[in-house]
Amino acid sequence: MATVTADTPGFWNGTRRFGRFLASEMKPRGRILTPFNVITIVIMAVAAVILFIRFTQGLGAVTNLSQDVPWGLWIGFDVITGVAFAGGAYVLCFMVYILNQEKYQPIVRVTVLNGFLAYVFYAGALLLDLGRPWNVINPIIGNSFGVSSVLFLVAWHFLLYMTAELLEFAPAIAEWAGWPRLRRWLNRLTLGAVIFGITLSTLHQSGLGALYMMARDKVHPLWYSEFIPIMFFVSSIFAGLSMVIFEGSITHRVFHHRVGEDLERSHASIVRGLARICAGTLFVYLFLQVLVFVHGQKWEYLATGWGAWYLLEMVGFVLVPIGFFLYGVAKKRPRLIGTGAVLTLIGIVLNRLNISVIAFKWYLPVRYVPTWQEIVVTLAVLSAEIWVFRWVVNRMPVLDSSHVRAEVVEEAEHAAASAA
Amino acid sequence: MRRRSAVKTLALAAGSTLAGRNLAQASTSGGEENLASTAESAAILIDTTKCMGCRMCERACAEANGLPEPPKSVEPGVPRDTTEGQWTVVNRYETEGGPVNVKRQCMHCLQPACASACLTRAMVKTDDGPVIWRGDKCMGCRFCMLSCPFDVPKFEYHSANPRIQKCRMCFDLLQEGESPACVSGCPANATAFGTRTEMLDLAWSRVYAEPDKYVHHVYGEHEAGGTGVLYLASVPFDQLGFRTDLSLQAYPTFTREFLYSVPFILTMFPPFLLAVSKATAGNRQEEGED
Repeated sequence: MATVTADTPGFWNGTRRFGRFLASEMKPRGRILTPFNVITIVIMAVAAVILFIRFTQGLGAVTNLSQDVPWGLWIGFDVITGVAFAGGAYVLCFMVYILNQEKYQPIVRVTVLNGFLAYVFYAGALLLDLGRPWNVINPIIGNSFGVSSVLFLVAWHFLLYMTAELLEFAPAIAEWAGWPRLRRWLNRLTLGAVIFGITLSTLHQSGLGALYMMARDKVHPLWYSEFIPIMFFVSSIFAGLSMVIFEGSITHRVFHHRVGEDLERSHASIVRGLARICAGTLFVYLFLQVLVFVHGQKWEYLATGWGAWYLLEMVGFVLVPIGFFLYGVAKKRPRLIGTGAVLTLIGIVLNRLNISVIAFKWYLPVRYVPTWQEIVVTLAVLSAEIWVFRWVVNRMPVLDSSHVRAEVVEEAEHAAASAA
Repeated sequence: MRRRSAVKTLALAAGSTLAGRNLAQASTSGGEENLASTAESAAILIDTTKCMGCRMCERACAEANGLPEPPKSVEPGVPRDTTEGQWTVVNRYETEGGPVNVKRQCMHCLQPACASACLTRAMVKTDDGPVIWRGDKCMGCRFCMLSCPFDVPKFEYHSANPRIQKCRMCFDLLQEGESPACVSGCPANATAFGTRTEMLDLAWSRVYAEPDKYVHHVYGEHEAGGTGVLYLASVPFDQLGFRTDLSLQAYPTFTREFLYSVPFILTMFPPFLLAVSKATAGNRQEEGED
């Protein structure tokens, strides 16, 4: 690693050295023609062609969006579901930095990285869906603030939250680049960024649900209630943590060589802790859903096909995962916890897609079904995210928390030095 | 003071023949604050009992707004929706009271869901009444389409520079003191144009003059908090393709509660989180010590 010290002659020298370092880091590591690489490269290449057609001939050329269904898979899955999945970052930051639960420290960095990349790529996918993306700066630069719009709030929060997450992750970048002084400075910003980030997350996780408040006559009554914002917030907690459990089990195998001994030792216990929180918040969520169901007097809908679909979501993907989590924790069986996490994630996909796509305008005779192009672009966004994630994990200290101990020692040395 | 006047209003309302009307008004709190300003805003009254279904308004609309010419003949019995190239359509419905022709276009709500949904203020309610779209602001997110209870805004899906297209109540003609093209182009006097108060008075005077001919309902008076386009009909509106299950409360009020919570969370969460962080800091040190 290049180390920039105080006596480095000149700014340009340092920049040149960093450029060389960056160039060497850019080189791929390991085999290039793995099955994963080949498949994702094909997907991304096809998506590039699709996007070219989309930007030259309009959204209608590649999507099944219509005057009746203005928001399809790209919003319903990429943005609304993707952001719920990225909720793990704010929940873990809350546990580690606000509740000071040291135990979860080893997985904070990888979760924040995942959250940050999810926002960059999924909110980035929003740009693909905009008809007039060149005007996207309008609500930001202030020539027309639509402050009465929930989407205005969501757009601003995406932007600010990405900044907060970048700040939370920045110490890892500084360590990788060998900028110890910058890192010390960035470390001091972490708590502020975390507090800001949690506040923003509370609002925009629920804000995504509030987008559907004015579509009250379009979403099926079993899914619509004025409590959607609260439901979205509560479900983002277990959606995010289930994603952390799920990703963790994959990352652990794929990037085993990068996992530090701290994480290696505590991983099983961390997963059990997360599973317990998932079970608790799932229960709260289920209780809220039942309350809304009973209070809204929705019994008449249960006997319909939509009722069966609703019951499948509530029983199969909310109630059943609670059982898997609790039993898995009690028996200390990671397999069961993993199954619970996967079921929970499927339940979130179902819930978000039900509100945004499946039960949206449920009364229409012609249903919206995404085109293969919409699905390929979604997969390409996911692939690109995994590529960047892999690049970062293989180079920066993400899965190894030895920096935390080094930090303590260093802080002590620094304090001693400044005292002397 | 206020309570007494409210009671008085209620008593008056109950005593008057317009009881239903006034009570409904009192209960739709969403529109109340705007009643004074919206009384003067531009409005169109469409009397479906007078419409012959000649579709001259469709042609006048296309001409005035530079849109493609509407189709010469239409399939009977298949209701058409407005499109990005046709901002108003006339549909014929076979009802228990015989065939009825209904002209559809943007309703120009008093508190439009589309305008409150717009994060760039591209969709705006003008002071005069028309709800218009401004291309230099719009980023094409289509949240207006999602929010509109009448599904009016249409998007050009097959354009690289797509626009949101919908009736603008001939905003430019109104500026010059003229009526909207569809109103002046109507040979049957099925449409009337004026202030909203005038149109409501006209509508109810027709209902009272011929109570057997009209249903006792002016569509748009309360729907979605009140609209700038009002309808009269001889049969219940649900037989004419109108949504009668819409809220009488203005649609922007449904997001108001959420938006009101924003400043509270933004100002109260950070100090609370900081306090909890400081309060639990002991855990960290204790663990660090051993």
